[in-house]
Amino acid sequence: MNTDAPVSDSGAKPIMTARNVDVFYGKKQAIDNVSLDIPENQITALIGPSGCGKSTFLRCFNRMNDTIQICRVKGDIKFAGQDIYDPKVDVVALRSRIGMVFQKANPFPKSIFDNVAYGPRIHSLSESKDHLEDIVITSLKRAGLYDEVSDRLDEPGTSLSGGQQQRLCIARAIAVDPQIILMDEPCSALDPIATAIIEELMDSMKEKYTIVIVTHSMQQAARVSQQTAFFHLGELVESGDTKQIFTNPEKERTQNYISGRIG
Amino acid sequence: MPDYLLTTSPQMAKRHARHKRFQWYGRIAIAISISFMLFMFTAIFFRGIGAFQKTMVAVDVQFTEANLDPSGNRNSSDLLRANYKPILLQGLQQVVPEATSRQDRNRLYGLLSNGAAFDLGERVSNKPAMVGTSERVWVAASSEVDLYVKGKIDPVEIPEELRRLKDQDIAWVEALREKGQIKKKFNTAFFTNGDSREPEMAGILSAAIGSFFSLLICFLIAFPLGILTAVYLEEYAKKSRFTDIIEVNINNLAAVPSIVFGLLGLAIFLNFFGLPRSTPLVGGMVLALMTLPTIIIASRSILRSIPQATRDAALGLGASKTQTTFHHVVPLAMPGMLTGTILGMARALGETAPLLMIGMVAFIVDVPKGVTDVATALPVQIFLWADSPEKGFVELTSAAIMVLLVFLVLMNVFAVYLRRKLERRW
Repeated sequence: MNTDAPVSDSGAKPIMTARNVDVFYGKKQAIDNVSLDIPENQITALIGPSGCGKSTFLRCFNRMNDTIQICRVKGDIKFAGQDIYDPKVDVVALRSRIGMVFQKANPFPKSIFDNVAYGPRIHSLSESKDHLEDIVITSLKRAGLYDEVSDRLDEPGTSLSGGQQQRLCIARAIAVDPQIILMDEPCSALDPIATAIIEELMDSMKEKYTIVIVTHSMQQAARVSQQTAFFHLGELVESGDTKQIFTNPEKERTQNYISGRIG
Repeated sequence: MPDYLLTTSPQMAKRHARHKRFQWYGRIAIAISISFMLFMFTAIFFRGIGAFQKTMVAVDVQFTEANLDPSGNRNSSDLLRANYKPILLQGLQQVVPEATSRQDRNRLYGLLSNGAAFDLGERVSNKPAMVGTSERVWVAASSEVDLYVKGKIDPVEIPEELRRLKDQDIAWVEALREKGQIKKKFNTAFFTNGDSREPEMAGILSAAIGSFFSLLICFLIAFPLGILTAVYLEEYAKKSRFTDIIEVNINNLAAVPSIVFGLLGLAIFLNFFGLPRSTPLVGGMVLALMTLPTIIIASRSILRSIPQATRDAALGLGASKTQTTFHHVVPLAMPGMLTGTILGMARALGETAPLLMIGMVAFIVDVPKGVTDVATALPVQIFLWADSPEKGFVELTSAAIMVLLVFLVLMNVFAVYLRRKLERRW
């Protein structure tokens, strides 16, 4: 595989670049020499069968793999031109720029308000109580949740429905005002209606944020993303414009996957 | 209907039989355990219930100045030290005038508790105006009389030579009883006194306070140390051979017999550091050593049960490790860690052996006022009383066990309450 990243057809400049990334869990190699560009203000979908390493790769972007003791990341990942694995980079600051939404909605067992306010509080983003309230309300509005919860912000976040909880997690990530939001199969536990709401939300969010989403569902990737990267067995098989990947893939493995023959 | 669908079909009948048999094994096991528990509790209850009552004897005492205060200055310490035996004896002789020989007088006086004279002295010294008057006072009966009045000595069954209370003593007691000069009242002394050589004067207050101070010290040491150790090992420490060794050692320490911790305390706290012997301070430190592994193990398993998703959520927002731990993980784990601590403390409350080793086994009359006062503890007090030859201590032993059990039940109820109150769902 060539070490140069495939240049996206849309011509958007990449906000994040990965070059020759290898990830190991102990002795087992989970990601093998992956290079990928993440274009700014677009949605990039990482697809592939279970265990192909797409979630592992996603977690490299905000160094969530640091929390797994046996996990080692090699290679070069740059965010806005800065190598994020440089020892000088503070992972706390990095994660405030690159938010994350997880597969299973994981609101804190606190009130809806406190869930969203937690990020701004620990990063001291608000100047006053009113300002904090402002941030919370704006974030909830951006996540399309405000109208549903405006009268019960002090109720526990865990009392919401699954789809609402996931949007609460999105609001919580937005509240810190990140540039990139990483989403790890955010809809895999949701029903089709809740999924549609979140997909709509992602579409409106891409004007302000860059989104990288890992998904099992090829239809979802086709619906929401502009860029798609197909992973198989720890390798990046093919990446590029979503339309092209789904209509006219270059590689046979990609063709087999999107037509349902592997995976 | 086809045969194989019926419960009576051979295969099904066999399965059902196995199912039923297993259920019955379980029920029988529970029934046996419950009957043991009931047996233990009823035995303790019926033995100990008597100790909550105490026999009192009314004596018409003439507080003559010549006997109590020959100098006439009503000095309260002189009044306390005066000899009350003659006037108490005179009062008894009003009922039993025939007891005039030296031996008979001693026997008659022996119906009263040895503490009766001292008790009277305290009353008079608190109220010197009593001198010169005559009054009917109620004083404690001796332990033997107490047992007789409660029906625990049967003069018909036990031959006279085996009894401390002779037939003549019993006749005198009956004479007093006929005149309404014997009654039973609630034994407040049991809750307000320290230990005593006389069963009728002995109480558990000093032991209870000693236990309280020991547990206080134990909590102050074991809770923060245990929680911080658990948090560090579970949340911060990288898994390595070293942490594995620590883990194995903590698990082993939890299984070490408690008397070993007592020996350790004796060697280190008393002999090396020279801390005061027989005090709740050292007792609490030894109990803390013993409780620490329990608290650490319980807290670690609670921390491990906090879902990783909670940590991920905070870390993903850019919270630092410490923020994640103390804003989210520890608050969620706190109810469980408190419960583990209280259960560990309940075990410490019932612990005797390590306290014996550091000398909290002394005969303590005074109620300790601080952690460096000489003290004993409830289980040790039970041990001491159970070891006493006087029959009167049998009741006291069971009564003290009841008090200890009440404290243990209260602590466990409190642990359950805390868990219910603080628990948050996630």
